[in-house]
Amino acid sequence: MSMPFYASAEQIMRDRSDYARKNVARGRGVIALKVADGVLFVAENVSGTLRKLSEIYDRIGFAAAGRYNEYENLRVAGVRYAELIGYSNSRRDVSSRAVANAYAQTLGSIFTQEQKPYEVEICVAEVGSRAEDDQLYRNTYDGSIYDEPDFAVMGGQADAIATTMRANYRADMELGEAIRAAVRALAESGVDQPRELTGAQLEVAMLDRNRAKRAFRRISGDALDALLQAPPSEAAADESSEPASDEATPSDEAAPSDEAAPSDEATDESTEQSGDDGGS
Amino acid sequence: MSAGVVRRRAAALATAKRQRTGRDVPSDGLNGRLPAPFTAPVGTSSFVDFLSAAAPELLPGRRPLPPGSAADLAPHGTTIIALTYADGALMAGDRRATMGNLIAQRNIEKVSAADDYSLIGYAGTAGIATEMVRLFQVDLEHYERLNGTPLTLDGKANRLAAMVRGNLGLAMQGLAAVPLFAGYDLDPGADHPGRIFSYDPAGACHEEPGYDGVGSGSLFAKGTLKKRWRPGMSRDEVVTLAVDALYDAADEDSATGGPDVSRQIFPTVFTVTIDGAERIDDAAVAAVAESVIAARQGNPGGVTA
Repeated sequence: MSMPFYASAEQIMRDRSDYARKNVARGRGVIALKVADGVLFVAENVSGTLRKLSEIYDRIGFAAAGRYNEYENLRVAGVRYAELIGYSNSRRDVSSRAVANAYAQTLGSIFTQEQKPYEVEICVAEVGSRAEDDQLYRNTYDGSIYDEPDFAVMGGQADAIATTMRANYRADMELGEAIRAAVRALAESGVDQPRELTGAQLEVAMLDRNRAKRAFRRISGDALDALLQAPPSEAAADESSEPASDEATPSDEAAPSDEAAPSDEATDESTEQSGDDGGS
Repeated sequence: MSAGVVRRRAAALATAKRQRTGRDVPSDGLNGRLPAPFTAPVGTSSFVDFLSAAAPELLPGRRPLPPGSAADLAPHGTTIIALTYADGALMAGDRRATMGNLIAQRNIEKVSAADDYSLIGYAGTAGIATEMVRLFQVDLEHYERLNGTPLTLDGKANRLAAMVRGNLGLAMQGLAAVPLFAGYDLDPGADHPGRIFSYDPAGACHEEPGYDGVGSGSLFAKGTLKKRWRPGMSRDEVVTLAVDALYDAADEDSATGGPDVSRQIFPTVFTVTIDGAERIDDAAVAAVAESVIAARQGNPGGVTA
């Protein structure tokens, strides 16, 4: 005869939380941050096809950390939800708040009702017509939702990454500077030795305020490499302000100055390239 | 409008947005959790399939109508033509919608971009067709968002065929809507990147070489195209030819509108090329239409070659 075990509700919830939190932290980090021209997403991701960053709707993007099959399921649900609102009302009636809210309800109900919680943390961002209209929401595995004023960090050593990010964050950063700050936060934080992250290990995307209809664009390949190279002035400032910059790799220091300065043309090109390959 | 007014309007809109709750999604007593259709496996990645599970009342073919003909109930649009040319394909349509012998609308838009690389126009019941076009546009975008890559041109044409077929019941009650589809085939193996697909009310989809038309005036427009279209025409040549063909349609068919100089209403003309779908702006079409009209003064049949 089996004896029913008693476990307090508190204990059950704590166990579930620990389980989800531990598994989310096992993944690589993702940062979403508000910048001058919109919202930037930077993720550590070696796969070029299994995405952590994607488009939900015209002005809404999605970033996730944790278990792929679970956040992919939520991504698809979010696209469907947004398209349903947009189709039955108007495209302008789709808001990130509604999408984030639906995620919160869904995650919360899975957390309490299912065998196991989703091991994910997700971020829904929307770019407005002005910087103060940009929105950034972070949803956690238990249904909590946070309205992030500046940036959101998920997965990996999130607290350590957030601390580094906080030290380098400014709301009016240009794209290149913001990418370098985010990559640095990902590369320097946590228990691993500080390491170098190259373009191939990164997935970068942006909700660009200046794009007409669909704001989401990916930044990859040569365009990303150009943006990852610090312009000489900034590199010099970094070295003087942080003498102990042992993470600065030989290739960074030896970068010839003409390559190191991404010109405006390079940035424009990147826009077009990603428009082509994205179409998405 | 002063800067102060703009700012106040923006602030009011922001407040209204914060308060808005969006469309109520059926909750099935799941504590607000998104219902099963939202989290179902991707399957065919079709928005139409998703709607049929999540909100079937939004699908045009799912609404039962009382028996009898509804043909005289709503405005009808006519005469869309599509042509291939050196850079891709062009689609043009007149601007008239009729109800019986009356003109219901003078400036209706019956041609639009389905996505970045395809165009869709329609003839038939305007209300049914605009809904079909809108659903098709969302369907293509939905596929692209879910899969990260767009459908092939043949895939898009097939999707549209299924939607036309779904409307068969309504078509039998006089509410037919028949699209014309044209696109630029991004497949590097495609011989002719500009391609045209025609449909019938039962959903048959045929690829048409060169040119095609749909709607009551299309018989006359196709007569013009038959004599004057040839492979590899330039963009300027096909724009003129399309406007000329629509003029012939309007000349013979009362349901097709001709260029309306007094109101400055001219045909809708779209092109699709490697650079994407693009609407030719009204001023450029107006100039072409005026030259076509001028060439017909004292010569109502227009140029013949």
